[in-house]
Amino acid sequence: MAMHFEYKIEGGDFTRAGNASSQVKRTLKQLNVDPKVIKRVVVALYEGEVNIVAHAYHGEIHIDIDTEKIKLALIDQGPGIPNIEQAMEMGFSTATPEVREMGFGAGMGLPNIKKNSDKFRIESEVGVGTKLYIEVYINQ
Amino acid sequence: MKLKDVAEILKGKVVCGSEQIEKEVEFAFSSDLMSDVLTLQKDNVILLTGLANVQALRTAEMSDISCIVFVRNKKVNEDMLKLGKESGIVLIECSCSMFKASGMLFSNGLKPIF
Repeated sequence: MAMHFEYKIEGGDFTRAGNASSQVKRTLKQLNVDPKVIKRVVVALYEGEVNIVAHAYHGEIHIDIDTEKIKLALIDQGPGIPNIEQAMEMGFSTATPEVREMGFGAGMGLPNIKKNSDKFRIESEVGVGTKLYIEVYINQ
Repeated sequence: MKLKDVAEILKGKVVCGSEQIEKEVEFAFSSDLMSDVLTLQKDNVILLTGLANVQALRTAEMSDISCIVFVRNKKVNEDMLKLGKESGIVLIECSCSMFKASGMLFSNGLKPIF
């Protein structure tokens, strides 16, 4: 079993934020993946999707599923993160009031993504964008 | 507690998922901040919120939350209803404040997560 999916995400489009995560959840359910693993994957993915919508101009999500792990790559074109260490701190946020009105922007997204991941890597370049690589193992 | 008891205690209106109201739930979490909801580890949870938008439903979907109670007379709109049906989430509207709704459910045996 090896599957690959790709989704395009538009910055600012809050009505569609979560569509990709929802489709991935359905796929993982069909593949009979452990519900606890599914929850970790889709919570991390949804947080990442919301981040792209909230902060970037547009982005892509790549999902690779095999028998051992689920790999997520979230790549956006956007302002980038000047200080990743600070962005990883619980409570640090640069979200707009609009994002906060949607129920987010409390500076909890990136730490929560890391918590739900077995492997987590973030790269960012100011003025270019941010890349997030996440792996969740299927069999712990 | 069954979801139909939740609706009855709060004098709420089940606007989506009425076929699931016999479902048992054990825990409740009250929040308008979806970032907090996304950190929950427990299963069998209902969400009480005053945040009436599609992201409340998406958050519930990703967190395996089977029912959302919208407090403070917040209304479920068309987009939310569509998403609720698609993802099989029970949606209840009630006119109580978040504090009152939480208190009533707590005193009737619904447990806090922490």
